[in-house]
Amino acid sequence: MIAELGHFALALALVLALAQALLPLIGAHVRDGRMMASAAPLAVGQCLALIASFACLVYVYVINDTTVLNVVQNSHSLKPLLYKITGTWGNHEGSLLLWVNILGLCGAAVSGFGRELPTALRARVLGVLGLISVGFLMFTIKTSNPFDRMWPPPPDGQGLNPVLQDIGLAMHPPLLYVGYVGYAVTFAFAIAALIEGRVDAAWGRWVRPWSLAAWSFLTLGIALGSWWAYYELGWGGYWFWDPVENASLLPWLIGTALLHSAIVVEKRDALKTWTILLAIIAFAMSLLGTFLVRSGVLNSVHSFANDPERGLFILALLMVYVIGAFLLFAFRASAMIPTGIFAPVSREGAIVLNNLLVCSITAVVFVGTLWPMFADALFGMKVSVGPPFFNAASFPLVVPLLLAMAAGPLMPWKRAQLFSVVMRLWWCAVIGFAAFFLALLLSGQKVMPAVGFAFAAWVVGAAIADIADRTALFRTNLGNSWNRAKGLPRAAWGAAIAHAGVGICAAGIAGMGLAQERMVALAPGESTTLAGYEWRLEGVRDVEGPNWTARRATISLLKDGAVVHVMEPSRRWFPIARQNTTEVAIRTNLIADLYAVIGEEEAGTGKAVIRLHYNLLAPWIWLGAAIMALGGGLSLADRRIRVSAPNRATARMVPAE
Amino acid sequence: MMTRKKRRMWILLLCALGLGSATALTLTAFQDNLVFFRSPSDVMAQQPGPDRAFRLGGLVEAGSVERDAAVSGQRPTVRFRVTDGAHVIQVAYQGVLPDLFREGQGVVTMGRMVDGTFRASEVLARHDETYMPPEVADALKRSGHWNPAQGAAPPPATWNTLDPARPAAPGRTGS
Repeated sequence: MIAELGHFALALALVLALAQALLPLIGAHVRDGRMMASAAPLAVGQCLALIASFACLVYVYVINDTTVLNVVQNSHSLKPLLYKITGTWGNHEGSLLLWVNILGLCGAAVSGFGRELPTALRARVLGVLGLISVGFLMFTIKTSNPFDRMWPPPPDGQGLNPVLQDIGLAMHPPLLYVGYVGYAVTFAFAIAALIEGRVDAAWGRWVRPWSLAAWSFLTLGIALGSWWAYYELGWGGYWFWDPVENASLLPWLIGTALLHSAIVVEKRDALKTWTILLAIIAFAMSLLGTFLVRSGVLNSVHSFANDPERGLFILALLMVYVIGAFLLFAFRASAMIPTGIFAPVSREGAIVLNNLLVCSITAVVFVGTLWPMFADALFGMKVSVGPPFFNAASFPLVVPLLLAMAAGPLMPWKRAQLFSVVMRLWWCAVIGFAAFFLALLLSGQKVMPAVGFAFAAWVVGAAIADIADRTALFRTNLGNSWNRAKGLPRAAWGAAIAHAGVGICAAGIAGMGLAQERMVALAPGESTTLAGYEWRLEGVRDVEGPNWTARRATISLLKDGAVVHVMEPSRRWFPIARQNTTEVAIRTNLIADLYAVIGEEEAGTGKAVIRLHYNLLAPWIWLGAAIMALGGGLSLADRRIRVSAPNRATARMVPAE
Repeated sequence: MMTRKKRRMWILLLCALGLGSATALTLTAFQDNLVFFRSPSDVMAQQPGPDRAFRLGGLVEAGSVERDAAVSGQRPTVRFRVTDGAHVIQVAYQGVLPDLFREGQGVVTMGRMVDGTFRASEVLARHDETYMPPEVADALKRSGHWNPAQGAAPPPATWNTLDPARPAAPGRTGS
């Protein structure tokens, strides 16, 4: 009964989405006020229907209703309640329902926060969001209905894939989806602007917060996924350049470019067509990510069982939205006339450079990710593109990006003096060189990590220089600087903090370049040494969990003969899924992670295979990402976003047609 | 101040530079780092040299997994055979096998051929136990041992005795 209600709510949402797609768009075209006004209530209605549908799915999971196919395939009565709930989106059907739910919430948010928007623009934005919703709801209902029944019901479900029974991964999809769907909103704004044939600063003021919010969530989502891979898969790495990881990185990269170019639209009324193009590509990349993950066309460590019919459907959706958007762009983009003119050396120029480099990196990652698919389709070649390619091809582009991102915020708009920027950054370069030589000396001549540390110091230093410059630190007395710091717009703080986050993340990545690893077979009582510690295997014992049993090792870490830590890695066995998982033991002091994994045990001798890692600065990778997202959040809280955007000049209210 | 024309030229020039460098980087990186997939039959037909890393995929032959007696303080070594039904390749791997590694299931490994043995540097893990890597499925189809339309892959214990002309009856893979 509840499952049918959920199914009905889903169908209702589709009907409302269809109305939301048609009425406001037609209304805006014929300038019918009542039709345009229907957009907001329809968006809210669609959102409520979707929430009801999602609640129904959560409910059937919680009561473990085995007449619902999706529950049978992905749940089990013995699973802890938390994972029964999060398991709702731990599978294809449920995660799609979550996707459309977030889209519905975004639509409701646009209609709620968007009261200040011109009526026609708001109607068009909501109309485009409705169109997107229609496509994905049709996809959900047609190919991936989570409420399909099963008869006769089996005694119990098959259980959720054990590696997904984890709180980090439970939160990963919602964060990622908020990011993906956020770009649906900037896409809708871009399409609405193309239809109207007009982009102005007020438009930029609306697009910027949405792209900022999407970017912040995507940053957190990617970081959480990477962190999960680090502690759950137990390989000791944090990023594998896996197609599915790249699929989330592509929209993030384009989103980073969009975020910056939207500032130029807002502040300087330039780069308009470019920003619209980026908004379209960002959403296209989000859809591509969904397609790559959901269709299984690419070989990936994350591949779930897949279905070609679904892949084809998403590909069709991708084509319709993206080709439609590009056609519209081709016909209407020439209507956008830039008014802001700038010199190559200026804040705008630096942002153009940022966009260029970020887009080049995107191109490299895009080609590397999709090449195996094309090579197979075109030449029948079975190839794979691994981490060495991505490292080799993206590194030369990341270097100038890190160099330039330090200088950009210190440049004034319109025209900058390179000399004055150099004068304010020279000490960062000194710190960078010092970091390089220090790292080289301490790490034993490892060049690449040392380069990484140099750039990390340079970027963090430049972020501090930016704030110091704005608060006139050392040029006036401290009290004065303090007052200036308090008066600084939050967006300035946000930008500096986000840039510093990039530097901290870079330091973490450089530190992982110095990670040490050791894999040995040990009998209880035996020990090995790594990173100045003596690691002694005390023993291995059996442990019982709610839906698993485990072998848990006790490893003592000794320094100078005294035990300083005890670590307990384990290897779990999930009888329902007939699968093992690795539970890594991690001990961190925020400077380095001690990381231990237990592998197989040898029958008879009692020897166990132990893998030990010493990961220098590993936590900084995710800490840096969290700081980036924090910077984004701070920027979102800026006054000029909270205070409503000024209305467009009345003289320009006359439509462009 | 710059004229609009001049600025446009600048931007175009920069774009060309960015695009050009991205292309150049991609191509040079491709040259060194593209990894080809080979099935055991491909390896038998043309033995790649020890200098070229590639990916070997197929099914782990049932009963072929052997662990060398663990020596304290040393990396453990595992040996197993990968088959596509027509040919078998011996694989040696120093390390811990991923959680989802099973006899009789699809596997993809990366490494080099040294003295007739495939020395794997990496054995790829999957999230899902029913998942069959697409290349492995393809290799099995090419060797004539499996028609996916007839159900799951036959148990690998029977692989080397099957008649390639007569595809196996559907059956569950061993677990």
